[in-house]
Amino acid sequence: MTVQFSPAAGHDRFVGRAISRVDGPAKVTGLAKYAGEFTALDLAYGVVVSSAIAKGRITGIDTAAAEAVPGVLKVLTHENRPATSTKPEDYQDAVAPPGAPFQALASDRIAFSGQPVALVVAEDFETARYAAALVRVTYATERPHTDITAQADAAYDPPMKRAGIKPPPEPWGDAAKALEAAEVRVGAEFRMADEHHNPMEPHASTVIVEKDGTYTVYDKVQGVSNTHDYITSAFGLKPEQVRVLNPYLGGGFGSGLRPQYQLFLAMLAARDLRRSVRVTLTRDQMWSFTYRSEAVQIVALGADRSGKLTALRHDAVQGTSQFEDYQEVVVNWSGVLYECDNVALTYSLTKLDTPTPGDMRAPGAVTGVYAIETAMDELAYATGQDPIALRLKNYTERDPTEDKPFGSKALRDCFRQGAERFGWARRDPAPRSMREGRELVGWGMATGIWESMMMQSSAHAVLGADGRLEVGNSTGDLGTGTYTILTQIAADTLGLPMEHVTTKLGDTRLAQAPVAGGSWTAASSGTAVMKACRAIAEQAFKLARGMENSVLANVDFERVVFTNGRIELAGDPGTGIALTEVLRATGTERLEATGDAGPDKDFAQNYEAYTHSAIFAEVKIDEELGQIRCTRIVSAIAAGKILNLKTARSQILGGIVMGIGSALHEESMLDHRIGRFMNHNLGEYHVPVNADIHDIAVIFVDEEDKANPLGVKGLGEIGIVGVAAAIGNAVFHATGQRIRHLPITLDKVIGAD
Amino acid sequence: MNRFDYVRPDTVAEAVQALGADPGARFIAGGTNLIDLMKYDVERPGRLIDITRLPLRQIEERDGGLRIGALATNATVAYDARVRERYPLLSSAILAGATAQLRNAASTGGNLLQRTRCYYFYDTATPCNKREPGSGCGAIGGVNRIHAIFGASAHCIATHPSDMAVALAALEAVVQVSGPSGERSIPLAEFHRLPGDDPARDTTLAPGEIIVAVDLPPPAFATHYTYLKLRDRLSYAFALVSVAAALELDGTTIRTARLALGGVAHKPWRNAQAEALLQGKPATRETFQAAADLIVAEAKPQSTNGFKIELARRAIVRGLEQAAAGTPQSQSDKRIQ
Repeated sequence: MTVQFSPAAGHDRFVGRAISRVDGPAKVTGLAKYAGEFTALDLAYGVVVSSAIAKGRITGIDTAAAEAVPGVLKVLTHENRPATSTKPEDYQDAVAPPGAPFQALASDRIAFSGQPVALVVAEDFETARYAAALVRVTYATERPHTDITAQADAAYDPPMKRAGIKPPPEPWGDAAKALEAAEVRVGAEFRMADEHHNPMEPHASTVIVEKDGTYTVYDKVQGVSNTHDYITSAFGLKPEQVRVLNPYLGGGFGSGLRPQYQLFLAMLAARDLRRSVRVTLTRDQMWSFTYRSEAVQIVALGADRSGKLTALRHDAVQGTSQFEDYQEVVVNWSGVLYECDNVALTYSLTKLDTPTPGDMRAPGAVTGVYAIETAMDELAYATGQDPIALRLKNYTERDPTEDKPFGSKALRDCFRQGAERFGWARRDPAPRSMREGRELVGWGMATGIWESMMMQSSAHAVLGADGRLEVGNSTGDLGTGTYTILTQIAADTLGLPMEHVTTKLGDTRLAQAPVAGGSWTAASSGTAVMKACRAIAEQAFKLARGMENSVLANVDFERVVFTNGRIELAGDPGTGIALTEVLRATGTERLEATGDAGPDKDFAQNYEAYTHSAIFAEVKIDEELGQIRCTRIVSAIAAGKILNLKTARSQILGGIVMGIGSALHEESMLDHRIGRFMNHNLGEYHVPVNADIHDIAVIFVDEEDKANPLGVKGLGEIGIVGVAAAIGNAVFHATGQRIRHLPITLDKVIGAD
Repeated sequence: MNRFDYVRPDTVAEAVQALGADPGARFIAGGTNLIDLMKYDVERPGRLIDITRLPLRQIEERDGGLRIGALATNATVAYDARVRERYPLLSSAILAGATAQLRNAASTGGNLLQRTRCYYFYDTATPCNKREPGSGCGAIGGVNRIHAIFGASAHCIATHPSDMAVALAALEAVVQVSGPSGERSIPLAEFHRLPGDDPARDTTLAPGEIIVAVDLPPPAFATHYTYLKLRDRLSYAFALVSVAAALELDGTTIRTARLALGGVAHKPWRNAQAEALLQGKPATRETFQAAADLIVAEAKPQSTNGFKIELARRAIVRGLEQAAAGTPQSQSDKRIQ
């Protein structure tokens, strides 16, 4: 390690080790409370009535029967909805795409199936649920358009670009001509299913009306600041009138990045009734907002006979809603991954009568990398190259789309270490060459890539006279281990045992941090926490040096270490003072500091930052029946410094399992006649279960990165990227059939329809 | 979910009486399906009759076979030593379904009476003749990957989701019921019905009747049997196609054959002609293919489930091969033998 996260103060004792999560006991004992579990004495319960149609207009809404039920407090519809801001921009949250965000109960118009059309509020949940079933809605139905293939001709280049989403780079060279002239060509259309996030915890908001009329809001969101700003602008409130908390999430995967409609409805009802209201969505209502929308993609590759790329085209058309232009990075990855002189990448949208799609774990990369990495496998076969050799032949040390070097890129090590662990050298490349009994065996591989980002974040730290430290900010822990890594960083920076450090997250009264997403939390909040603790270390050192007869009187800060709760002269543990003694002797009640972190501008000007992975997959397929078992995955990850081997591994495991789901199982099935997702429950929307998961090995290769002082690059997304391509490539190796439409279900394998 | 009354009788007679007096009443045992249906507002019973106190939990010897009480849980039946030894096909089929938690709660009678998992049946925003007679069938021409290829009608293409019932059909179990006009026996094959023009009715139970037991006739298929289930993930998914196969062999010649398919029709699907064709034939792949061809000859696809016909054909052959070889499908190791 040359990059020390904290060269002067402290040293790695907890950072880099496998440490169980600090919030584990609270979670397994039920002490950890989630947004839909907070309560108040005056709590009322709201149940959402959802639209039966996807497009049209409400012609009548009869709430009389519901209102007649004893215990019902109010039925809110578009006909009696209290006023909120009339400006569409007041509903644009921090991660909103261009457009006019959906507003619940705003009018009689229906824009997607499952759209909320009423909120029934009652004294108890059962009454609200019963009364909600009594609301009668009649509609004038219009024909919805939800089939992306039918709407592909209407594709357009989004006129307004979404903040933070790079549009495709300008083409370079002449891809069409080079493709024409190429010695070897492969090209095909790739499809995948619409997917829904389905975190275990459904979306819920509890709005508590305090005695002074302010609101305390518990919201299932990946960043409380986003909810806070949304509420204050939509409801015209002052910042101090709203406090938002969300200490824990039962998974997010991106579905909690934007404030969702249950929050708006709970707030609307609470303000109207002047009492606390909770709205929890049902599992089927989890299909009525944000999803990973399908993209129809065409990838065409040209190469010379040796496999060197001469032409690369990647075109994607993705679905969005009628009212917002959701955008993600789908095609750029192809340009970043490989060196090629003639590249053309395009990305366009087409309008569908669905909710606005949203970021779902590795948004865009899951989609685009699936296509390019499958096409690369096809090129490997077309040129008779080993898939790894082909990727190395086209390897690039610079990001061709920006013409800058990568800050770090240990992808070669991923290939080497992953291949070794997997036993790739023993692979017979011929399709259908490996068999065990009735099962065909296939080995495939792919590359994964994700951006390494940092966002402006703050963190606050308080060291008490008892030597206990509290750190925190407003970001969210999605269940990935943020509490734990921040605790490790803080403990190491100040040389404290982890038990003496408490991390607080998910509260707008804490230091400001952005939503947790994009894999940027560890780098951003981690650096902010480290800086806050460094500042406390400096304060403590100054106090210590100024103490009467101080043993550190003539020592510079650079020469001390913080360890075992003490400030010590480096290399001389006998010369030092306990932090508690420093505070006691100087009559200091506590030390406080705020740390700010953000992207390093110098670094960003000179380097591009990405995480990479190499995924190896083994499938066993019953040749006759098409049953697929994914029996082995090896994923070698290059993501800079790993803060906690245990939570990091878990995060990658989760990404891989989700990738297996994307490859083999997950599919939200639309009935295009009515524009409705039909399998809207976890019984029929299949995510992998234990029986689908076998051996998964995660390797973290060494990678030194300088984008931030921690050397961290982020892990939330990289685990899933490329997994579907590796599995699809393994299916080809096993069967000789190239299936270019996810999920790969047994009917596609046996080729019967 | 609507509001409902709740009663808990102690005897079968009281239960029957409670049901007979109230057309809006439903029995509840494990509740693993009914509660879901109530939450979806598909079932709106005015009264729940909790039958879990009825003395129907026993598994007893009876006429050389076994009598399984209607309230014996799926887990109890699957792990009962007598069932495992003498009716391993039934044990295997039960373990192919649901999850350990569900099997611990679900009852034998309730398993037979569970409703289809057709998406449209569960979604009150869509038409469904089974849920709301006369409203139409949303699944025809819609999302019907999991729907029937045998015995469907112009009114309903739903399938029965039970794995247990498929094994019981192959074993020719008999359902014992009690009702206002006394007790009667219904052969499993006649217990579930095809949708025809009345898809709201899943079974031939008369109004007011309760299942009290399921009788297994003397065992005959403890060696050559299998339950092979094909689905979209390897556990906790309903069958796209399942095969319960049971054979008696004289050397390599088939003396008796029983074959029932799940996931393909409104009831466990049997074909007497195919079973007759197998009888007296050598237990070879050619024989099995002939039987499979005969069965799937009458299959009819819907708009997106045509693959199930070829899948069923292949699954029948494999199921019969597994049964003949005495290598039944493991329900824990998902590799297909």
